[in-house]
Amino acid sequence: MEHDIIVLGSGPAGLAAAVAARGRDKSVLVIGNRWEDSPLARAERVDNYLGMPGRTGAQMLREFSQHAQAMGVETVTGRAIALMVYNGFYVTVGSQVYDGRALILAPGVVRQAKYPGEEEYLGRGVSYCATCDGMLYRSKPVVVVGRSPDAPLEANYLSSLGCQVTYVSSNQPKGLQEGIPFVKAGKLAVRGQGTVTALEADGVELPCAGVFILRQAVAPTDLLPQLETEEGFIKVDRHMATNVEGVFAAGDCTGGPLQVAKAVGEGHVAALSACEYLDQQEQQ
Amino acid sequence: MTHFNQESFDKALSEGKLMMVDFWADWCGPCKMLAPVIDGLAEQYAGKAVVGKVNVDEEQELAIRYGVMSIPTVIFFKNGEEIDRKVGVMPAGAFTQVLDKNG
Repeated sequence: MEHDIIVLGSGPAGLAAAVAARGRDKSVLVIGNRWEDSPLARAERVDNYLGMPGRTGAQMLREFSQHAQAMGVETVTGRAIALMVYNGFYVTVGSQVYDGRALILAPGVVRQAKYPGEEEYLGRGVSYCATCDGMLYRSKPVVVVGRSPDAPLEANYLSSLGCQVTYVSSNQPKGLQEGIPFVKAGKLAVRGQGTVTALEADGVELPCAGVFILRQAVAPTDLLPQLETEEGFIKVDRHMATNVEGVFAAGDCTGGPLQVAKAVGEGHVAALSACEYLDQQEQQ
Repeated sequence: MTHFNQESFDKALSEGKLMMVDFWADWCGPCKMLAPVIDGLAEQYAGKAVVGKVNVDEEQELAIRYGVMSIPTVIFFKNGEEIDRKVGVMPAGAFTQVLDKNG
């Protein structure tokens, strides 16, 4: 295995876990978005973090990231699109695969509900991975649903492959290539007949063969269907262990309060539990 | 593990045996991740099922023929007909279930 611990999520919980695990001399890979894209980065002022009042969320995140880097934490910027448990944990980001012996889930809260038709047409026109499936749609019309900051880049990539791309999102995208039509819409539904035929965007049908839905993160329960949840949050015990052996969770994904202090504490505990798990495995 | 091209695929299909075929490409991370699982099943089911792979980049016609729209896609065949398919990364159990049921 390449790494002792893989952490999904680069917010306070994920970075706290990474720092704690490095403190126990484990190798750690953090997979997540740029810290600038964390919801915390938009917090104007955080006043309840012990001993460090009055900072902006961005300041805190920058310092957290620097701390993790100084501790020798490796990072990959990107979205985990698939996960497999097979004598350890394998995580796919684009065309790359990373592996580790234990897993800590700290992706925050994935607030975006699925669109009507999304689940039904997954693999039959709906895709979460432009890198994987783009080639299968060469010269065909596709719609990119942009719900993440890097979505315009993926749309540009699809266009470069020869897909006829339309970009749909509720905000004006940054970095979208000229010539790719942009449709501003918020209410979306995937339509099809056996396979995808269109994306309905605010009541208007955009005919297409494929819909690439690009969110900030894939929900942990989509990555790991056997993961137990409770009212939408990952179920953990006091050691931050989930029901899946070797998988721990921390931060907003385990439930409220959605606070930095709580996320950092949970990240720390999750890491120590993961280290203990690894040490026990080694003894066996 | 058999790496099919169109000709060898059609020949295998015409023999009518239980087949499990992994449609993949090397630009696809999830496919790489699934590869050791497929390799393991090829070994485990040797003599009981034909386990093979189709590179959709090299064999586009096969991918189009079976309407592969997302990879990895694993398609099961028996008596020359598709009997089931699994799209995306799945644990080995999802595949053995189909193989055992139709073996």
